[in-house]
Amino acid sequence: MSEAAYNGELDTREGGRIALLKEFWSYFSENRGAVIGLIFFIAIIIIALLADYIAPHLPNQQYREAFLQPPFWQEGGSLKFPLGTDAVGRDILSRLIHGARFSLFIGCVVVSVALVVGVILGLIAGFFRGRIDTIIMRLMDIILSFPSLLLALVLVAILGPSLINAMIAIAIVQQPHYVRLTRAAVMGEMNKDYVTAARVVGVRRLRLMFVTILPNCMAPLIVQAALSFSTAILDAAALGFLGMGAQPPTPEWGTMLAEAREFILRAWWVVTLPGCAILLTVLAINLMGDGLRDALDPKLKRS
Amino acid sequence: MLTFILRKLGVIIPTFVGVTLIAFTFIRLLPGDPVLVMAGERGMTEERHARLMAEFGFDKPIIVQYGHYLNDLMHGNFGVSIVTKQPVLEEFITLFPATVELSLCAILFAVVVGLPVGMIAAVRRGTPFDHTVMAGALTGYSMPIFWWGLLLIIMFSGILGWTPVSGRISLMYFFEPVTGFMLIDSLLSGQQGAFKSALTHLILPTIVLGTIPLAVIARQTRSAMLEVLSEDYIRTARAKGLKPSRVIGLHALRNAMIPVITVIGLQVGVLFAGAILTETIFSWPGIGKWMVDSIFRRDYTSVQGGLLLIAVIIMVVNLIVDLLYGLINPRIRHTE
Repeated sequence: MSEAAYNGELDTREGGRIALLKEFWSYFSENRGAVIGLIFFIAIIIIALLADYIAPHLPNQQYREAFLQPPFWQEGGSLKFPLGTDAVGRDILSRLIHGARFSLFIGCVVVSVALVVGVILGLIAGFFRGRIDTIIMRLMDIILSFPSLLLALVLVAILGPSLINAMIAIAIVQQPHYVRLTRAAVMGEMNKDYVTAARVVGVRRLRLMFVTILPNCMAPLIVQAALSFSTAILDAAALGFLGMGAQPPTPEWGTMLAEAREFILRAWWVVTLPGCAILLTVLAINLMGDGLRDALDPKLKRS
Repeated sequence: MLTFILRKLGVIIPTFVGVTLIAFTFIRLLPGDPVLVMAGERGMTEERHARLMAEFGFDKPIIVQYGHYLNDLMHGNFGVSIVTKQPVLEEFITLFPATVELSLCAILFAVVVGLPVGMIAAVRRGTPFDHTVMAGALTGYSMPIFWWGLLLIIMFSGILGWTPVSGRISLMYFFEPVTGFMLIDSLLSGQQGAFKSALTHLILPTIVLGTIPLAVIARQTRSAMLEVLSEDYIRTARAKGLKPSRVIGLHALRNAMIPVITVIGLQVGVLFAGAILTETIFSWPGIGKWMVDSIFRRDYTSVQGGLLLIAVIIMVVNLIVDLLYGLINPRIRHTE
């Protein structure tokens, strides 16, 4: 393959990419929910990045004169603590803002770990088939035969309760889905002409796997990544709620809920608000995920 | 059909062995050796430690230990709880009906609400009703159910005072369990008000546990229905002049049900994961709460046994769903 020909090929592909992006955006933006989800998600990212500047108080600072103060619109509330304070006098709004960082961080770490490990295993299984495929897929079946939250809970019990261990556990539990998707997509691509052509030209195995085949398998993986981002946030919050995730006084939303449980009948805001934050974030990501699936998955397109 | 069953079993047996391996490894992955784990913080003398190691067979090679473990399992011996000193299997069987009762009610709730709602949404595609259902389903699917449970408690137990906060039945009533299902047992006991008490205790946990399956079933029904409604045979049925109710309720629904049944079967794992949270919130004395409590009490033999039993139950249910699916749809059992 000559240098010039290679460059020429690259150029057309660049143009193709922009066209593809345009097509993607036209499908994606047709789905109003997906656009709303995207805007909301970007807002959360900005809030998380600027948490130190926009939060009115430090997340762990306790105000001894204001225990369980209600939000400002209720009697007894003040604008100093717009969404009220918790049982030890910490500003809830500031804790929620800082909590956004943890949730996004959890989502990013879990998805990247599960995606990378899952894609590599799935590629190996789908590419080589045979015994190694059987071993990998049986392993995944075993992981999938436990309820995900239970397995994560037990893994955290082994590793010790902390945010990092909760993320590791959730990533382990999620990664079989990526393996299955990648394997199925790779097996679909393996028999196509371009792969045979690449083999005939003598493309090396690793390049064939990662450069030739993998990019054509990405669509379902991107959709799965969006969906498992939201599952990761939910599961981490659930583990935090059970006392097996982030530990107090970390302003993680699930952990905040766990701390607030005993006050549910006395102070609705300490319970309601962190849950709203979780729900809205997860909802925004799921809306986005639906839009991504409509835009990327040709089988479901315009159904 | 026989080859289909055998093929399914051929996949499930290695998985079962793998699951026992995980449960076996679990207790050995904990920091410290198993006897120290069982002794907990009290500690023990060197001598007693060595004797217990020998007694439990922990001094033998790992492969021999695994053989013993498998042998015990085959004889129905799932170990003895470190905390209560009761056989794990016995505790599991005592608590299991509570989880089954809750899960059955939850899935029933999800199907009874989700199926018709999904169907109507598909038939009235694009109407405000459809949009509301889809928005509601997505919200339900995104719901942190532990928070949802707390919200319902605030609303119905706190503000309205309609439902109790925790447990399966009011402490006023006591009777020996017959079936283990509180709804049935309370009726059998014949005590005034017992059934009502059991029912009011069941409502909120049912809604909480049923929320995610409800969302999934409504969405799945809608999309399966939409797909079927665009088929030629539906147009034919309409062209023949059949009543719309007959076309949708009979011709379309029957084929739309196939993917929906699979989805319902897949909810078993989801229900177990949800039961962990729901039972914890409502102090529901079932398997989920027992697992969480065991983890916190460091009752590792119970965790080990529970983990294995739950995985086996899920595997068996999935197998049954697979077989039923093959029975309903011949295309499934003949492909591959």
